Amino acid sequence: MERTILHVDINGCYASIECLYNPDIRDKPVAVGGDVESRHGIILAKNEHAKKYGVKTGEAIWQAKQKCPQLITLPPRFDLYLRFSRMAKAILRQYSDRVESFGMDEAWVDVTGCSERSGYQVADEIRRRVFSELGVTVSVGVSFNKIFAKLGSDYKKPDAVTVFSRENYRERVWPLPASALLYVGPATARKLALMGIETIGDIAAAPVELLEQRLGKWGCMISSFANGWDSTPVALADDKPTIKSLGNSTTTPRDLTCDMDADIVYHMLCESVAARLREQGFMAGGVQISLRDNTLYTFERQSPLASPSAIAGDLHSAAMALLRENYNWSKPLRSIGIRAIDLVPASSPLQTTMFESPERRAKREKLELAIDEIRRRFGRFAISRVITTCDSSLTNLNPKEDNVIHHVGFFKAVQ
Amino acid sequence: MVNNIKTYVAVEASFSPDGRLTPRSVIWEDGHRYEIDKVLDVRRAASLKAGGAGIRYTVRIGRRETFLFLEENRWFVERR
Repeated sequence: MERTILHVDINGCYASIECLYNPDIRDKPVAVGGDVESRHGIILAKNEHAKKYGVKTGEAIWQAKQKCPQLITLPPRFDLYLRFSRMAKAILRQYSDRVESFGMDEAWVDVTGCSERSGYQVADEIRRRVFSELGVTVSVGVSFNKIFAKLGSDYKKPDAVTVFSRENYRERVWPLPASALLYVGPATARKLALMGIETIGDIAAAPVELLEQRLGKWGCMISSFANGWDSTPVALADDKPTIKSLGNSTTTPRDLTCDMDADIVYHMLCESVAARLREQGFMAGGVQISLRDNTLYTFERQSPLASPSAIAGDLHSAAMALLRENYNWSKPLRSIGIRAIDLVPASSPLQTTMFESPERRAKREKLELAIDEIRRRFGRFAISRVITTCDSSLTNLNPKEDNVIHHVGFFKAVQ
Repeated sequence: MVNNIKTYVAVEASFSPDGRLTPRSVIWEDGHRYEIDKVLDVRRAASLKAGGAGIRYTVRIGRRETFLFLEENRWFVERR
């Protein structure tokens, strides 16, 4: 049976919500940006007026202000946006049990067989309802696969419905630039351009062997995307994707310049990751660190743990060992992260090591559980390691609670 | 940015045994109480005028129809 899939995208989500709540600024260029003081100063969302000035999501606030000096920038209020996200998804779930979120402001809905009406009619009703109930506009793409549905919601904004059907996709999708396709980023687009591939139609027409040769397995994938062969299902609303890894990273208020700085921040991050592991009932089999220097060059390194663990101290030692082995501080670091990988259930039997007695390990674990409990009852900052109080310019963050908003990857969401 | 249109108000309401919430009167900021004669409509809606979104009660107070919004746990009206 031919599928009918919608992709619903809240236009300029954060900025639209701010404009709803501040009627006085609706007619002015508005952007929501990260906190300039703590150096998260990038544009997270902009309204249509700001868009006309060329303000782009992801650019620095100062860059945006050069293009548009009168730009009103507001700090983000994630609690408010999460409420709108929940309300929007509640509407979508009235149309199908297959609603798969793609970040906070986008979702796919599989409405195949859910209604007598056409995909367009359902999409248009959703568009009208979201505006009437939430006061923000959405653009909706309708198609027979998820990739084209997403293209459709990007095709015409704001407040619009676009249908890419089997009948019209060659005329409407294929002339679009290759970079419009999900997973064709700037690097892939450059490689494609070198092969003379400019449009989605060019990708579809290119021999898949050639794409695979130049781009690896991504080549096959984008070839099938461009041809409309994507058959990944829209996940069931209650499906929680299996957690494969769990991590935290942060851009610190000032650059890190030595092992000591990193040591402090890794204490904070590891405590958060370990607490989340325990909360989810996992242990990490390995640790991966990510480092980004002040030229924004980013790399990752990973190593297995001697035995699986959900203890912050173990994650921290592994992270610091990786850092020492792989970084010589030729440049200051702007942001660092740690990810617990190769997760195993907390109930897995433990292989004891010869370096630490099981009793001592159990004690450390108990200590951390006690800290979890104190923080649960009295707040994150009720108890801290002394080292993290040494330099508050590095540790004034709450990675666990500040980290509720994730933009999930397409594959993480479907695998 | 001061929003002059969104006016939070106190509301007296009753709950039925099946959990239905019915606003009974609105107490304006000056302390004046307005009895709600009838709830004409209840639906989820945004208030573009005041800036907000929640459950909108269309109520009749005397001869006037007005919107009363319940946004999370606060009530507001659109100041005219």
